[in-house]
Amino acid sequence: MSAAEPLVLGIETSCDETGIGIVRGRTLLSNTIASSMDEHARYGGVVPEVAARAHLEALQPTIEAAVAEAGITLDELDAIAVTSGPGLAGALMVGVGAAKALAVSLDKPLYAVNHLVGHIAADILTGDEVEYPTIALLVSGGHTSLLLVRDLVSDVELLGETLDDAAGEAFDKIARILGLPYPGGPEIDRAAATGDPQAIRFPRGLSRASDLAEHRYDFSFSGLKTAVARWIEQAEASGADVDTADVAASFREAVVDVLVTKALDACTRHDVPRLLLGGGVIANRRLRDVALERAAAAGVAVRIPPLSLCTDNGAMIAALAAQLIAHGRRPSTLEFGADSTLPVTEIQIAEGA
Amino acid sequence: MILGIDTSLGTAVAVVESDGVVRAEASSGNPLGHAEVIGTLLQTALADAAHGAIGQTAAAETVEITYVAAGMGPGPFTGLRVGIAAARAFALGRGLPVVAVPSHDAAALGVLLAAALADPFGETPRFAVVTDARRREFAYSVYDGVDDDGIPVRVAGPALAPRDDIDAVLAGLAAERRDVATVSAAMVATLAARAVAAGRELAGPEPLYLRAPDVTLPAPRKAVGA
Ligand SMILES: [Zn+2]
Repeated sequence: MSAAEPLVLGIETSCDETGIGIVRGRTLLSNTIASSMDEHARYGGVVPEVAARAHLEALQPTIEAAVAEAGITLDELDAIAVTSGPGLAGALMVGVGAAKALAVSLDKPLYAVNHLVGHIAADILTGDEVEYPTIALLVSGGHTSLLLVRDLVSDVELLGETLDDAAGEAFDKIARILGLPYPGGPEIDRAAATGDPQAIRFPRGLSRASDLAEHRYDFSFSGLKTAVARWIEQAEASGADVDTADVAASFREAVVDVLVTKALDACTRHDVPRLLLGGGVIANRRLRDVALERAAAAGVAVRIPPLSLCTDNGAMIAALAAQLIAHGRRPSTLEFGADSTLPVTEIQIAEGA
Repeated sequence: MILGIDTSLGTAVAVVESDGVVRAEASSGNPLGHAEVIGTLLQTALADAAHGAIGQTAAAETVEITYVAAGMGPGPFTGLRVGIAAARAFALGRGLPVVAVPSHDAAALGVLLAAALADPFGETPRFAVVTDARRREFAYSVYDGVDDDGIPVRVAGPALAPRDDIDAVLAGLAAERRDVATVSAAMVATLAARAVAAGRELAGPEPLYLRAPDVTLPAPRKAVGA
């Protein structure tokens, strides 16, 4: 194998996307995704058992599609990579079981890696020179995390994360309150297009001076959700028309404001003039615009990988493993399991002796 | 040779020759931890299989796997999926077909072979394979001997019954209860060999879940009060 440019297949099943990616070093060869999002739509959120069933169904055809797209054969691979956490346990286990069996079948080394660090690794597939340290803000339906990345393969620190709902979940829940379909992100965006983001001043979670001492970089969206629900109820009770556009725009502004404010605060306090955005919620145009605008004012350079690499995918998992290999890391042993709460400091799991 | 994998109860892997001679078996009885052990069990079974049938000590030879047999349940879903995913991925890695086998059918074959060994001329009366389905339920399948292809004849199930009702249900089906705590991957592989030889399909690609996903539909907007 070429240690600098290993050919790696990555398997990602931590939430509702079955992602298979193939990379050669820092070069993306295939990023194939089967999503079960439609199956969750009627439930208004990701149902773990539905997701796990869909992973099992999608796994084999998705691997086949990825291999065909990359124009390789499986026995050419230098290594297999898999997400072992964090994520939905039952969903993760489908990928872990498959990855181990594929590695044994092909007699190839296996790298078990961290999903969140995978999101950071996605950035190296853009072909640009990536500089560290960087602050990373990862926002999706499953996680909202603020990280300080000093080194991709050896030093990632969790600065803060959500204490309740993930930001993406908050969008889904508010969409439901407003009678909009799932997934909530794009729907809220559409509804907010004609709204005034300053119309209603919704609370910014964990942003008061008294919160900052202990939760400077943590997030909380449950209070915001309750505030929006209460505002609508009171408006309806008083016989007023609820302006959905204003509510959507003001809610979105509250989420975006707190995300960007805390991320840029982390850049300032750690003296890191770089911010990497990742996760599916990055698709939100307002979040990107506000981040770019306020980062420019603060002298912080923002990196946003293409959306197909921001949402959950297997290419980022393969990319992370390729970097671990390039840095001489030994493969994982076959004994690891799925870890739904894997801390971000564990970049690779069960490295062999 | 056929690689059998079953994770409907514990985690079991076996390599069996197409005539049923068992080359290697590796298993864990733990009803949890399927994802943790599956890789090592596969590795162990394949390595052991290289040394000939169980009981022999032959020089190592290459193990040519031609089919992968997957136990399709019923069984607790999370663990069950690990084995099926592993079977499919292993097969994909080597370009092999997957043979889907109902796990209860494999357990029934085990019951019938053990009975035939104990009394070659005896007849095994109708019996039910009963396994734990959690949530105070059992999964059961009822069998009436084997057919001409050597495949157990399932006359009822797989289905679920509340724990307190299982005996009444089986009495109604005139089936003797056989509680099964482990499914042998060797039996899964042997049954797959018989199905392949007979050109038959024993199960579809969908695991035998027997239950719809557990979902609580979102409540309509609830009042939060002022
Ligand atoms: Zn993610």
